[in-house]
Amino acid sequence: MNEIALLVAATLSAGTPLALAGLGLLLNERAGVLNLGAEGTMLVSAVAGFAVAFHTGSEWAAFAAGGLAGALVAAFFGWLVVWLNTNQYATGLAVSLFGSGFSAFVGLDYVGKQLPEHAVPGVPLLRDLPFLGVALFRQHPMVYLVIAVAGAISWFFYRTRAGLVLRAIGEAPVPAHALGYPVRNIRLGAVVAGGVLCGVSGAYLSVVYTPLWVAGLVAGRGWIALALTVFATWRPARLLLGAYLFGGVTMLQLHLQASGVQVPPQFMSMLPYASTVVVLVLISRNPLWIRLNMPASLGKPFFPGG
Amino acid sequence: MDKRSFLKQVALGAVVLAAGLTACGKKEAPPAPAPAAAQAPAPKPEPLKAGFIYVGPVGDAGYSYAHDLGRKYAAEKLGDKVVTTFVEKVAEGPDAERVIRDLVAQGNKVIFATSFGFMDSMVKVAKDFPDVYFEHATGYKTAENLRVYEARFHEGAYLAGIVAGKMTKTNTLGFVASFPIPEVLRNINAFTLGAQSVNPKVKTKVVWVGAWFDPPKETEAAQSLMNGGADVLLQNTDSTAVLQAAERAGKYAFGWDSDMSAFAPKAHLGSAALTWGVYYEKALNDVLNKTWKTGETKWGVKEGMTDLVKIPDFVPAEVKAKVDEARAGLKAGTLAVFTAPVVDNTGKVQLAKGAVADDKWLGAVNFYVKGVEGKVPAGK
Repeated sequence: MNEIALLVAATLSAGTPLALAGLGLLLNERAGVLNLGAEGTMLVSAVAGFAVAFHTGSEWAAFAAGGLAGALVAAFFGWLVVWLNTNQYATGLAVSLFGSGFSAFVGLDYVGKQLPEHAVPGVPLLRDLPFLGVALFRQHPMVYLVIAVAGAISWFFYRTRAGLVLRAIGEAPVPAHALGYPVRNIRLGAVVAGGVLCGVSGAYLSVVYTPLWVAGLVAGRGWIALALTVFATWRPARLLLGAYLFGGVTMLQLHLQASGVQVPPQFMSMLPYASTVVVLVLISRNPLWIRLNMPASLGKPFFPGG
Repeated sequence: MDKRSFLKQVALGAVVLAAGLTACGKKEAPPAPAPAAAQAPAPKPEPLKAGFIYVGPVGDAGYSYAHDLGRKYAAEKLGDKVVTTFVEKVAEGPDAERVIRDLVAQGNKVIFATSFGFMDSMVKVAKDFPDVYFEHATGYKTAENLRVYEARFHEGAYLAGIVAGKMTKTNTLGFVASFPIPEVLRNINAFTLGAQSVNPKVKTKVVWVGAWFDPPKETEAAQSLMNGGADVLLQNTDSTAVLQAAERAGKYAFGWDSDMSAFAPKAHLGSAALTWGVYYEKALNDVLNKTWKTGETKWGVKEGMTDLVKIPDFVPAEVKAKVDEARAGLKAGTLAVFTAPVVDNTGKVQLAKGAVADDKWLGAVNFYVKGVEGKVPAGK
């Protein structure tokens, strides 16, 4: 029983960085911008967050620094692709490669440094419940916050006028422009907001989840977050579930091994990716699902008056 | 955007990614590697030039770092008789060949390639330059002017096991493993046998992470082992994550490849470190003295290549004495990590009484010894 509780706890904590970054990318993509630079953005934010946590000892200052670093990298990316109309695919990959090199370079002095210990308070009273306390209520506050963020983004997309405008720009920027909406500014805003979330995700990785810094710490989680947006057919709630599914499968294989259940670890490592392919095939079989959910102008540059 | 043009874009992205990776791989291996050691003002006999290539960055605090310490050690010992150069972060594969040719073109007479994946590049270049000496770590292909060298990692794991067996309170050890290849399986078994030599009740749990380097995953694996009751951990992966996870959880762990004591002052029970320098000094001396011959070198505790270093003060003297005893035994040749009979965890005899664990046997280890829980993945 206790092992299942620990597995649930590990799943929530492993899914959180994926969900944060995935929600950030969702904001980008719903506005029509595909940001393949997520991995690099997260690495830069991870080192920024770690450095701030190291010098100030404050986790929340570290999240702020991670968010800021993410916003800066994303703003640079946004300026290139939204204002200068560079190819989004190539620019995103360049940002990713840049981020991995840059973070390794500036992070050299922080390799092997220790962060001060932070007790995780959990939820008062509920944390002492049998089973559920261990499984759900002894997590870092960010684990709960990400659920609120998913709710907020969902509400923003489907219940607010601004969200409708954002989605309209992702679908058809030309009519939106004709109606007088500042397409480029809104896209840039979405990219920066997405960068903030990717940044907080990076800082969560280096400060809370794996409290240490080494080059390449993010280890591909930015790419998984990108896959998650497609997996979730661009819906925030599904994205959250997808993040827990991905995190859960990874954790499940490690915990199964430790508890002596014989499952080939190679098979389990493959499972999240295999399930992505399956979901992709399923949703692509149904043109309606794709057409209804995929932002129609995703990845396409917009030229006002062009 | 319709589906087809989206796919086209993704395909374009993949091409750009591939191009980007190639370009970046090239950038990472500078065409003119900076001489690392100070160039000695040419003494009468021309100094011997030696070039090293590493697969990782020297700042990885692990494998490549240990090789670079070895290079510095040999350079210091031999003084102005040698000039050494290195190139780091060389991708295994075709790019390595270019870097090796480059080093030869710069006048290096000895080339050390320090990762398994450089093997075929070394074989190719060695054929073209018969007057240059080639040294390849952990490979198995040799030629007239190409020889291989390897460290007996598992002897360090065995010494670590002795400390672990004495320090565990739950009699459960944890091992974070990378890939089920003989080298890693040897280390898991040696760690367990070392622990059993002082504490027969010990069992070892293994978690495979399927990567040499993935700090978050290594951390989770360490965590899941500790959840399962393991209180002393060893890893055959390249980062310090496992050690640092043990530090946070108040458990014990070891450093691997190089001295990692600084990363976890409370958890660190010692580092199974590699001292490549003793071999580098010997190899360069062979060339200087014109006694270089091709062959295979496998060095361990006896030659000073592997050892358990920096055992902290809080480890009882009695435990350290046990380690000293085993170290002396390994040095004198009176102790072998794998002594017949070796029985695997299904009860099958893998090394019959009277047989000796030679290099061929060691190179084909594909089982868990008694005391390791579970089954080797993929049935190998």
